[in-house]
Amino acid sequence: MTTTSAPPATPRPKRRPGDRIFAGSAKGAGILILVILAGVAIFLISESVPALTAPAEDVPGGEGLFSYIGPLVFGTLMAATIGLLVATPLAVAIALFITYYAPRRMAAGLGYLIDLLAAVPSIVYGFWGITWFAPRLVPFYRWLEENLGFIPLFAGPASATGRTMLTIGLVLAVMILPIISAISREVFTQVPSLHREAALALGATRWEMIKMAVLPYGKSGIIGGAMLGLGRALGETMAVAIILSGSAAGITWTLISSANPQTIAANIALQFPESTGLAVNTLIASGLALFVITLLVNMLARWVVNRRADFSGAN
Amino acid sequence: MSTSTQQSSTGSAAPIAAPQPGGHRKLPSWAPWAAFAVAAVVAAVFSLATSWNIVLFVIYTVVLGTLGTYVASRVVEGPRKATDRLVTCLVVSAFGIALVPLISLVYEVVRRGAQRFDAEYFTASLVGVIGEGGGAYHALMGTLIITLLTTLISVPIGLMTAIYLVEYGSGRLKRSITFLVDVMTGIPSIVAGLFAYALFVLIFGPGIRLGIMGAVALSVLMIPVVVRSCEEVLKLVPNELREAAYALGVPKWRTILKVVIPTAIAGLGTGITLAIARVVGETAPLLITVGITNATNFNPFDGRMATLPVYAFYQLTQPGVPPENAIARAWTAALLLIILVMALNVVARLISRFFAPKTGR
Repeated sequence: MTTTSAPPATPRPKRRPGDRIFAGSAKGAGILILVILAGVAIFLISESVPALTAPAEDVPGGEGLFSYIGPLVFGTLMAATIGLLVATPLAVAIALFITYYAPRRMAAGLGYLIDLLAAVPSIVYGFWGITWFAPRLVPFYRWLEENLGFIPLFAGPASATGRTMLTIGLVLAVMILPIISAISREVFTQVPSLHREAALALGATRWEMIKMAVLPYGKSGIIGGAMLGLGRALGETMAVAIILSGSAAGITWTLISSANPQTIAANIALQFPESTGLAVNTLIASGLALFVITLLVNMLARWVVNRRADFSGAN
Repeated sequence: MSTSTQQSSTGSAAPIAAPQPGGHRKLPSWAPWAAFAVAAVVAAVFSLATSWNIVLFVIYTVVLGTLGTYVASRVVEGPRKATDRLVTCLVVSAFGIALVPLISLVYEVVRRGAQRFDAEYFTASLVGVIGEGGGAYHALMGTLIITLLTTLISVPIGLMTAIYLVEYGSGRLKRSITFLVDVMTGIPSIVAGLFAYALFVLIFGPGIRLGIMGAVALSVLMIPVVVRSCEEVLKLVPNELREAAYALGVPKWRTILKVVIPTAIAGLGTGITLAIARVVGETAPLLITVGITNATNFNPFDGRMATLPVYAFYQLTQPGVPPENAIARAWTAALLLIILVMALNVVARLISRFFAPKTGR
């Protein structure tokens, strides 16, 4: 059903011109995609060469390209990691709720509700984060500073506006939640009912059934979904650009103060409109770094997701 | 009660169903609700004693209710049942947590955006506007023009690629296109913007800003989505239909145009509409390729254009003095964006409902 449907091997049918044109343009479109992707890589590289070869003192910051991009990479990874750590357990729990706990008739509607989170444009998350979410986190940050301040992550001084790395991590978590939960849901619904019924027939409670039949089957799907979410979180721009108080503080571990490293994407969005000359090339070079990082994460994710079919043991 | 006796009789065969101490008793079905009601009362008293705070009240209620249910179940039903109930509580609370941002976001955007949701907003641009008044007519038009251009670029390429993958493709080229489409789905939107910028800089020199650049950047984001969804839909067309057409001597390209695509039209329409919904709210690529302007510009091949998301961004972050007016305009733009995306989602559902192929052959 899923394969292409060449007619059975008969004597070669005569090639009509219409056929040739149509097949050619379909193939051309496919090849165009290869060209576009190659183009993305080539143009980014060619435009970042001036920044790579420029003397260190000409690059913005005055200390060379790597000390410019380094803190940005750190900030990007930091924000995305927090988002991932918060979102994954929540998303798996939500997927479990929708597939196995919610009343059958409501499940589709509840799933749609979670999918709505993915439909909200990222700039609107920025608006919501800076006016609604960040101020409400301030008391919580004060509490963290007072009670857990001895942990470097929560060392003060706590931000008065709430525009901190932890806030960004939480907003990113909300944004990638629907991606992870959608993929987990898909995998969970594919768990063979024989596995589940066998567990239940042995007297397992619902949680034991999930622990023994559902989670082992869905593990690689969850991992793949989480990595796709990570890819999205790494590249997220506008929400970060609006919410994070970008004070280019270099590499700091504290999550709740207003001195934070920026992320690559947000830094480009904020600096690009006012930049000229070598500054533009530097920004494009940082974009290239982001491109490479997300590319690696996404390829790894696809590999994990596609591998699932091989070892699930379901068929 | 009968189920628990059955459990204990099979228990010797299956280790997981080993009889628990006290495992024969069961909590009544109202017990968890009662636990949460008691927790709510305790939490209310506790928060009144300190200072009333709805967030703390809800958190205390959920935590105490969960603990109460767990302890009660552990005492009466044993640890296995208790863990099961604990997980149920956690899973339900996780869903509740996810609803908090959704509801607060929609509420906040509607409340603040409704302020300037008036006729002037849809008819005026920002030319010569200082302080009050002004609108987003130019930005709305810019978004519509650029989205239309993006669709015109992406749909033919995406649809033809999907047709190639399903109908013609084979071997290594097909595999590498499938893989690269997957990779392309993950390109950060800002990188797509940089790509369009780098491309046009090579042609027109540095500092260039055009509407078409934005359309090219958005196409990089939209094409893989179109390919993905169209491919899934085309795969669902039954092979019997194609074979019937071939048997009648219809050439392959006419089979695709007259049989395969009409059968799949509902799914294709849905997929393309959702792809449009995905790019219509993109901000970052437009920010660096199209820029912003205060005047209305209908020509995507000449100079900067305003678009709704970029307009919202600048009105919020650079509001000028006094800031209230621009910030109100920004929120209305955010509301408009959400309405646009939701409308496209609804249209997608309607398409799939009304144009679905007639079943019951």
